[in-house]
Amino acid sequence: MNLPETRPSADPATPRNAPATAGAPAPKPAGKAAKHRLEEWRGQAFVYLCVLLLVVIIFSIVVFIASRGLTPFVSQGVSVKEMLFGLEWAPEADHPMFGALPFLFGSFSTSLLAAIIAAPLGICAALFMTEMMPKLGKTILQPAIELLAGIPSVVYGFVGLSVIVPFLRHTFPGQGVGIMAGAIVLSVMILPTITTIATDALRSLPAGLKEGSYALGATRWQTIARIILPTTLPALLTGVVLGIARAFGEALAVQMVIGNAPHIPHSLFESATTLTSIITLSMGNTTTGSLHNNALWSLALILLLMTFLFVFIVRMLERRSKHA
Amino acid sequence: MSTVATRAAFYTKDLSVYYGEKQAVKKIGMEFPDREVVALIGPSGCGKSTFLRSLNRMNDLIPGARIEGEVWINDQNICDPRTDVVQLRQQIGMVWQRPNPFHKSIYENIAFGARYHGIKDKKALDAIVEQALRKTALWDEVKDRLNQSALALSGGQQQRLCIARSVAVRPSILLMDEPASALDPVSTAKIEELIAELKKEYTIVIVTHNMHQAARVSDRTAFFFLGDLVEYDDTRTIFTNPSRKSTDDYISGRFG
Ligand SMILES: Nc1ncnc2c1ncn2[C@@H]1O[C@H](COP(=O)(O)OP(=O)(O)O)[C@@H](O)[C@H]1O
Ligand SMILES: [Mg+2]
Repeated sequence: MNLPETRPSADPATPRNAPATAGAPAPKPAGKAAKHRLEEWRGQAFVYLCVLLLVVIIFSIVVFIASRGLTPFVSQGVSVKEMLFGLEWAPEADHPMFGALPFLFGSFSTSLLAAIIAAPLGICAALFMTEMMPKLGKTILQPAIELLAGIPSVVYGFVGLSVIVPFLRHTFPGQGVGIMAGAIVLSVMILPTITTIATDALRSLPAGLKEGSYALGATRWQTIARIILPTTLPALLTGVVLGIARAFGEALAVQMVIGNAPHIPHSLFESATTLTSIITLSMGNTTTGSLHNNALWSLALILLLMTFLFVFIVRMLERRSKHA
Repeated sequence: MSTVATRAAFYTKDLSVYYGEKQAVKKIGMEFPDREVVALIGPSGCGKSTFLRSLNRMNDLIPGARIEGEVWINDQNICDPRTDVVQLRQQIGMVWQRPNPFHKSIYENIAFGARYHGIKDKKALDAIVEQALRKTALWDEVKDRLNQSALALSGGQQQRLCIARSVAVRPSILLMDEPASALDPVSTAKIEELIAELKKEYTIVIVTHNMHQAARVSDRTAFFFLGDLVEYDDTRTIFTNPSRKSTDDYISGRFG
């Protein structure tokens, strides 16, 4: 055993090392040190370069969307108030109007409703997989739910249009398309996000907490309700918020089932629309630089700001779960 | 095995525990005298924790664990599948090596078990919390910050809080699995003092790696080896005049 690289044993009593490395560590050849420094430097430079590129890309996207999206307010005479609270969207009219409230309403109501449907399902699925039947959960339920994440949104939209919309039309008054149809489709789409994050949170719960609760005579249900769920709540909410963010940004599937009427509906089963739907539907019919086109960028800016908000909420929740 | 005091709170009979095919505890018969401290010692992996967990059916939680034999507590064989484990675990408190306070306030940690068992009245809960904290010598240290998170306490305080939490559901038996081995010497001494105090009211079974601790806190000591109960006797006898050679070897540090 003669490895010049190994450091001398910290334990002076180790007999094998004692005679060989009794003095200072053998000096390394100078060339080797330089080589190591170079390797180190190359690796660092590569990582820094990637990060720099990433930052530049993100920054340019934000600047681009903001510059386009702010133009209607800055130089084309549209007021922020009109955009946020106006009810009429008529960008090509003689007297154009840019009220985006119906879209905001549509986006918020579909994603929140989707979260209300998906959160209990996802969290129960996660409880089932971690607390009740881990084997069955791991072999059947988890792959099934992960599969949901891989289905393209056009397929969701198609299924929604051919199954959910007719079902809603026959069951409730209205045309079937609308907020409810959108929310149901979205809820299935965000189920994997919520379930996966909830499962991770529940799995990482210290085993001692559960044992502690059982040892006090708690039943499984009491343990779940009073220890497991409260302790993991911030993480569970993180999953729900990320689900809402995903639903908020989803365009295609919602657009296929929501009806796309630019007004605030009177019921959940009436045609409505969302920010993303209106952008995808109108995009092709506008020319770059026109007021209409820039107004769509304003909607994109709103989507971006909402995403920031969601990320911010998630960060806050993560901080809470660390300090809990 | 010598004769055992008469007022036995509980005892095991041919108790075996299996993990799948592997037998971790082999046909152990032991009596735990009322209001005495019994120490379980032995090299790690010899089945002390497994044996301890089978006394309040915590092995139920481990997939693949299986119990054979009997554990009798107050004329009831708790290994019987019809046993109500909720009631059983109310009678038997348990404390682990790593303190595991709930992510709640000090007050809520203690009130927790009582709430499980249906006590809702605020005054009654206050009284239970104070009493449990006094019994574990924590009251003076925490009485001004009952509503602060239990996670802000030191490791030793957390461990005493966990003991208080068990005591609050009024058990008659306390099981402790190396309760001080993750603590500093001062906290360890406090836990040992506490054990001496608690044994006036509770029958205590404690697993420990620390031979000196076993000698200090226990009335009787059981030496486990490879799933067998090698020797079980008065602590003084075990430490001064063990009848089995392997016990002597272990105690004098020749292995394990
Ligand atoms: N959950 C488990 N699953 C399978 N084997 C286990 C489990 N827990 C403990 N064992 C095995 O049972 C034996 C006894 O373990 P344990 O009771 O923890 O010993 P001790 O507490 O004396 O160190 C060991 O061989 C250990 O590997
Ligand atoms: Mg152990």
